[in-house]
Amino acid sequence: MWKKRLKIFLINAEQILVSILVLVPVVWIIMSSFNKGKNLSTASFIPKEFTLSNYVDLFTENEFGHWFVNSLSIATLNAFVSVALILLTAWVLSRFKFKGKKTGLLTLLVLSMFPSFLSMTAVYTLFVVLELVNKPIALVILYAAGAIPYNVWLVKGYIDGIPSSLDEAAYIDGSSKFNTFRKIIVPISKPIIVYCAVSQFMMPWMDYIVPNLVLSGNKNKTVAVGLYSMISTDQDANFTQFAAGAVVVAIPITIMYLIFQKFLVQGIVAGASKE
Amino acid sequence: MNKRNRIISMISSILIWGSGQFFVCKQRIKGLILFLLQLIFVGIELFSGYWLEALSGQIKHFTIRLHGGFFTKGIWGFITLGTKEGGRNGDHSTMLMITGIITILVLIVVLGIYIYNIRDAYKMGKLLDETGHCLSTKEYFKSVYAKFFAYVILIPIVIFITFVVIMPIIFAIFTAFTNYNSNHLPPGNLVRWVGFDNFKKLFEIPIWSSTFFSVLRWTVIWAVLATFSTYSLGMFQAILLNSKYTKCKTLYRGIMILPWAIPQLISLLVFRNFLNGQFGPVSKFLMDIGLTDHRIAFLSDPFIAKVTILIVNLWLSFPMFMIMIQGILSNIDKSIYEAAEIDGGGSVKIFFHITLPLVLRSTAPLIVMNLAGNFNGFGTIYFLTNGGPVNTNYQFAGDTDILISWIYKLTLDQRLYDMAAVMNIMIFILIAAVSIWNFRRTQAFKEVE
Repeated sequence: MWKKRLKIFLINAEQILVSILVLVPVVWIIMSSFNKGKNLSTASFIPKEFTLSNYVDLFTENEFGHWFVNSLSIATLNAFVSVALILLTAWVLSRFKFKGKKTGLLTLLVLSMFPSFLSMTAVYTLFVVLELVNKPIALVILYAAGAIPYNVWLVKGYIDGIPSSLDEAAYIDGSSKFNTFRKIIVPISKPIIVYCAVSQFMMPWMDYIVPNLVLSGNKNKTVAVGLYSMISTDQDANFTQFAAGAVVVAIPITIMYLIFQKFLVQGIVAGASKE
Repeated sequence: MNKRNRIISMISSILIWGSGQFFVCKQRIKGLILFLLQLIFVGIELFSGYWLEALSGQIKHFTIRLHGGFFTKGIWGFITLGTKEGGRNGDHSTMLMITGIITILVLIVVLGIYIYNIRDAYKMGKLLDETGHCLSTKEYFKSVYAKFFAYVILIPIVIFITFVVIMPIIFAIFTAFTNYNSNHLPPGNLVRWVGFDNFKKLFEIPIWSSTFFSVLRWTVIWAVLATFSTYSLGMFQAILLNSKYTKCKTLYRGIMILPWAIPQLISLLVFRNFLNGQFGPVSKFLMDIGLTDHRIAFLSDPFIAKVTILIVNLWLSFPMFMIMIQGILSNIDKSIYEAAEIDGGGSVKIFFHITLPLVLRSTAPLIVMNLAGNFNGFGTIYFLTNGGPVNTNYQFAGDTDILISWIYKLTLDQRLYDMAAVMNIMIFILIAAVSIWNFRRTQAFKEVE
């Protein structure tokens, strides 16, 4: 009997310990954001004086409002554009036979293996020529194109799993190709579409490399570049404001992740096994 | 058998696009379209350059650099990378290279259409020889409508990807064979082709090769340890969560899932402050409780920084594996365990003989993907330590730099685009070898075959 009790105790103690270790940095950053004073060294775990001034300063002293709107618009646009392109491409590659299909699929596979900023310098030069530097649309173009190779494979795998007898029945009933796509393929593919949309929406929030390269000027920054710039030069001096910014960004995204976790898990598994 | 029509049709289409289709096979519209395409391509070359002026003798000293058309100038630019150095009237080498690559890509398309035109003329002529009559344009397009539909949707997407993804990759690969670096920056200077010099430099100049192999070694160690540690802890927590002795499963799971849900960049920047050696709360706390009498340089001591990175990564990534493995565990048939218990297997034995093999088999692709991800795990390294502390024995790299963060520094801080490109190619070879090996075993690949 005592053996079983010990087991229960140890197992639960371990999980409580891990939970605490997980929570400590999270609670610490939230608490820091309510600290009066700006410094990392003086910020205490339990604020001596609660204040919301960091949150206010974030929008008044810094351009955080602009950063947030930039990120939000880039992310939203990116989610729509990427999903439309990915879905159409995957559908055509899954359902139609044509010359060059195998070559195309293998090309996509090879492309998805290149580290994304392999091509930074060329992209930058190209954007200079096309006068896209410092325009948020440049990021959407880059993200959407970059998302195609990997995600098309993913979504194609999913559509392959939808029995083609369903489309054939629709065709017999006189439905056009696009109607069949809209009324049959899209609704059934909802889980994988949600995965693509959510992951493409999340990505611009946290991507640092591309916006840092393409966008300049304090107002044009995205949240990721802005937050990093707050602590990269002088880690001590802007800390509590950074904490407030981190909390403001993290809360909506974390909630979104938790809501869509089922789809995200499915998507990751499907991406790894591609079956 | 009469082969007359197919030969006449083919030869005339070799000379003038679509003429075989137009005159021999009576496909008027198709022939005209092909002819029009030829006109457009020739027209682009003639009118984007100064060919007409040159032919009519208005230009005394004709050079491709100044008077060539889109195609000739593009090829010239790609081969020479410019001949006039510096200033506003000089050549911009990288721009020339990019237009050169675009020209070559367009030329490939032109060549494709040309070959299609010849083959089609031959095929239609053959049909005429064998059956005595030929398809009308309308019948022809009807017969290819199904394929045509796929192309209509895909062609814009292919063009899009070609410009934004493929062209830059080709550019990056070619950069490895030039001297494009801080000493040769267009528009002020010209860039030259240097063949395999950069690769030789990487393997023959000691500081480059020693940095490369040291960074590569840490990259591999990091990727393996990071994947292995997060996988093990993830599995451990998943098993505990599934245990019948665990109270409040949902609460534990809800908390432990947080690092997965919180955006990684935020977590990393928070840890960067949390573990800051000078001002951070952790080292202050350790001093306060008397564990150490001086500040600990979590992120700036070569060895401690590596350990810290691995531990932070553990915090960040174990939940993903925990969620995945928990899902697999709850799908394992309970009767297997009951049978094993009846046979007298202890819980350790059951784990190694039943649970572990089952979980490993279904998570193998995830492990490989995670390995590749960590290999290129720019964020974890860069946002925690910036690759630092700086190692003076290394060429522009710090002790915790992995290949990808080193490349980033070479590109953005040092502007050694040529060496960065060489490193990129090395990474790609490594990653591609592993990924293709992994992918060949999966179902999707067999279907493509």
